Amino acid sequence: MSGKTLYDKLWDSHLVQQRDDGSALIYIDLQLLHEVTSPQAFEGLRLAGRKPWRVSSSLATPDHNVPTTKKERISGVDGIEDPVSKIQVTTLDDNCNEFGITEFDMKDIRQGIVHVVGPEQGATLPGMTVVCGDSHTSTHGAFGALAHGIGTSEVEHVLATQCLVQKKSRNMLVRVDGELSPWVSAKDVVLAIIGAIGTAGGTGYAIEFGGTGIQSLSMEGRMTVCNMAIEAGARVGLIAVDDTTINYVEGRPYAPKGDQWAMAVDAWKELVSDKDAQFDEVVIIKAEDIKPQVTWGTSPEMVIAIDENIPRSEDQTDPVKKEGYARAWKYMGLEGKVTLADITLDRVFIGSCTNSRIEDLRIAADVVKGRKVASTLKQAIVVPGSGLVKAQAEKEGLHLIFEAAGLEWREPGCSMCLAMNADKLGAGEHCASTSNRNFEGRQGFGGRTHLVSPAMAAAAAIAGHFVDVNEFVKH
Amino acid sequence: MRPFTQHTGLAAPLDLANVDTDMIIPKQFLKSIKRTGFGKNLFDELRYQDEGQPDQSCEGRPLRDEFVLNQARYAGASVLLARQNFGCGSSREHAPWALDDYGFRSIIAPSFADIFYNNCFKNGLLPIVLQAEDIDQLFAEVTAKEGAQVVVDLEKQTVTSPSGATFEFPVDNFRKHCLLNGLDDIGLTLQQDSAIRRYEEKRMNEAPWLFLSREK
Repeated sequence: MSGKTLYDKLWDSHLVQQRDDGSALIYIDLQLLHEVTSPQAFEGLRLAGRKPWRVSSSLATPDHNVPTTKKERISGVDGIEDPVSKIQVTTLDDNCNEFGITEFDMKDIRQGIVHVVGPEQGATLPGMTVVCGDSHTSTHGAFGALAHGIGTSEVEHVLATQCLVQKKSRNMLVRVDGELSPWVSAKDVVLAIIGAIGTAGGTGYAIEFGGTGIQSLSMEGRMTVCNMAIEAGARVGLIAVDDTTINYVEGRPYAPKGDQWAMAVDAWKELVSDKDAQFDEVVIIKAEDIKPQVTWGTSPEMVIAIDENIPRSEDQTDPVKKEGYARAWKYMGLEGKVTLADITLDRVFIGSCTNSRIEDLRIAADVVKGRKVASTLKQAIVVPGSGLVKAQAEKEGLHLIFEAAGLEWREPGCSMCLAMNADKLGAGEHCASTSNRNFEGRQGFGGRTHLVSPAMAAAAAIAGHFVDVNEFVKH
Repeated sequence: MRPFTQHTGLAAPLDLANVDTDMIIPKQFLKSIKRTGFGKNLFDELRYQDEGQPDQSCEGRPLRDEFVLNQARYAGASVLLARQNFGCGSSREHAPWALDDYGFRSIIAPSFADIFYNNCFKNGLLPIVLQAEDIDQLFAEVTAKEGAQVVVDLEKQTVTSPSGATFEFPVDNFRKHCLLNGLDDIGLTLQQDSAIRRYEEKRMNEAPWLFLSREK
């Protein structure tokens, strides 16, 4: 019998009951909650007269709707100008109070994007099952945890039963071999992977990311990679536990301490795929081949390296691709453009659950330091992922570097990634964004999103158009 | 949950691959704290020329005439024919809520994104995966003849085209059972409470750090 993959091990250790038809009852260790996908779940509990199975397994914070300007944030929930957003945030506060769930509310320094807050607090631990009503829950797989997004009915199901009815996914290994080039980041790695396998390439699979190109990444970088597994169609992204993982977790507020820490570390060291484990699919990518990536279209798979020409619809042979490309060209206003540098940018957004951690901000600050944002830009904003990331960045003086360069320094939240708050693109505007989705209208009605790494976004903010950050920093 | 057994209805062909959940229901409508009322904003950006706002009446908003659901012949459609990777992107259950609220009972596509597929079953909406060539035939038949109806039979796991061609589709037994009977799966899971408690006890011994309290 062949060995087990990391996914197999996590699945087996959480199996409560196997059913005949292949579905199973899986135990959930941690549920993260935010204001958008939880109100109907709490309402469902109330209507059925149910209580949460284990309140200590939940952790909540508002993120999608929260404003990011100092003016609005100063008075907490009361400062939210949009009345509909305000109701949603207030509803989360009320539900957490009613059911006794720990919440970092808008005035708490620990508030932030759920996928930044969970790991930061040590709430996310290796070997756990983690769910949240948010597809980017795959982020937590960076810790060797089985983590995925769920819908609101499942949020309610987990609250009420601590379990989910699941069918096991197939195993895929994406191995990035070799060493990444300077200024090529985790974001470029994951965009290159999505470009290679497509947005449905991972559907039905749990993807384990491995190889030296992944092992060399920091935890921040690993979270960026796993965060976008869903953009390749896989609900679950995973990375094996190693010293980098354990060092990151040690000492965090909710991490185990003392004897339990030692016991946990012993168990976590097993959270790797066995040498003889069989994967249903293996994809190998050479780290050296990955250059800074930029999306040109309206799907994360519409991505190219900075030095490539924008692919044209007429050159495609697959009819679905041909049509998709034509539609994307029209939406993105690419007529007459040949390279990425031909696109004039209107806004730059550095933030989101993909790229708003301290390392992302350090890299961006490094690029803009001593430079000025292009005069053609309408706005460039930097939105830290949590209050603690913000505090750390300010301690290091990064906010001063951003402000001196002409970028706005904001309060933590999801912000312009999906424009549920006031931060959004106008129709027709092009944005270099460190977020995860470039769908039509994602960042605002008619807005045009280009996904990039923090370094590429920072360089683009200065140049006013896309440039190869590797070349840019030499001048 | 409303059961799904058999359904006969008008089919609307949405000839677009990779339809994401942002397209199905744009983010500004996710601010609602209810499960209903999303139908008027289903496919908002594809359907209307202007930017829709929550709580706004959609009567009188300028329509995009070319969009399939705006064509008179597809008024009252309850089966949606779609292309590959339907429902990709965000996990928002507002997407199936919007499709359901609009009046759709079933969506037929060559492939679906995992989370969306799963969310449909929780809402009495049946997602059906058919072979690409069968989908092509359905698109052709539905487009050729106005008022063409499709029959979906969950018990038999078949889709019957307007011309009478029958296609079989796969579905998990448990999901089928829940949908046929309109069962609340929370109630079903809670029947296994002793198994859940047994698991918890075992796990608390093996990995006690997973049960630490998370006080503020």
